[in-house]
Amino acid sequence: MSEIVKKFLYLNRKAPYGTIYAWEALEVILIGAAFDQEVSVLFLDDGVYQLTKGQDTSGIGMKNFSPTFRTLGDYEVKNVYVDRDSLAARGLTQDDLVQIAWEDFDTEEEVENIVEVIDSARVRELMDASDVVFSF
Amino acid sequence: MSILHTVNKSPFERTSLDSCLKFAQPGAAVLLIEDGVYAALTGTSAEDQVKDALNRVKIYVLGPDLKARGFAEGRLINGISVVDYAGFVDLAAENAKVQAWL
Amino acid sequence: MADTIDVNGKQIAVDEEGYLANLNDWEPGVAEVMSKQDNIELTDEHWDIIKFLREYYEEYQIAPAVRVLTKAVGKKMGKDKGNSKYLYSLFPYGPAKQACRFAGLPKPTGCV
Repeated sequence: MSEIVKKFLYLNRKAPYGTIYAWEALEVILIGAAFDQEVSVLFLDDGVYQLTKGQDTSGIGMKNFSPTFRTLGDYEVKNVYVDRDSLAARGLTQDDLVQIAWEDFDTEEEVENIVEVIDSARVRELMDASDVVFSF
Repeated sequence: MSILHTVNKSPFERTSLDSCLKFAQPGAAVLLIEDGVYAALTGTSAEDQVKDALNRVKIYVLGPDLKARGFAEGRLINGISVVDYAGFVDLAAENAKVQAWL
Repeated sequence: MADTIDVNGKQIAVDEEGYLANLNDWEPGVAEVMSKQDNIELTDEHWDIIKFLREYYEEYQIAPAVRVLTKAVGKKMGKDKGNSKYLYSLFPYGPAKQACRFAGLPKPTGCV
């Protein structure tokens, strides 16, 4: 493993199911987690729809990957952000979104929900502070 | 004869819905499918536009696509009807032609 | 085209790496046949992990990477089992890859 830890930002701006972007992004995040970098995942614009609760794809013949987001904590992704303005423009609040738990296996520190709704100033800072941005 | 318009893109990402609603004749049917279903929800920045359009056209939403995206029928704007795949076929048959807004 | 394995007289399709082509085709006999091909005698300890993987997939719709499997097993079954030495002793070809195959899951995401 490289000793230099870089800040990776995964920027998700697409709704799930209509295109393949959302699922591809999730796979890349999970594979990328093996590289022990500092990872942040940001849901912006239609990307916030990826996290809605209660998704049921049985009627459209596609894989429902909504439950898979709940494994991000297991993959040691601890920073998951949602843009507040994107939610508001879509009539959504944090209550409409899935929760992602995180637990440190060694220290047993637990966080019940790592999904954090942030305002645009924080989004700007996050982008600014990232070394690499992966866009989907 | 009337036209069934289908919109399959999110109103927040493409102009498909805008153009569809602009050009659809009064009395036409508009069916929201795939990512187009997000336009049918209350509280969005597209809500006023959709409500306004309901005075002129009939708007339908494809139930399985709505359910896949995690939304119950209670989140729909009043006046929008839910159809299943058979309902989609009925709409296509009732109208003279289908025009897709991709 | 795809190969098949013979499970109690039933032909079940597998992909080029030996994973089940259709997840729904799984039955315990699949694990029996695959483990025999790999010269492994399945014990209760093996079945615990196989069962755990199937439950993990059922809940999260994903086959966990080996690090995640190790962590999750430790959380559920204790640290004496949640380490790679123990898991490799059961599944020498890689606990995630081999055990996922026996459990009828796709190849784990994050195995590079």
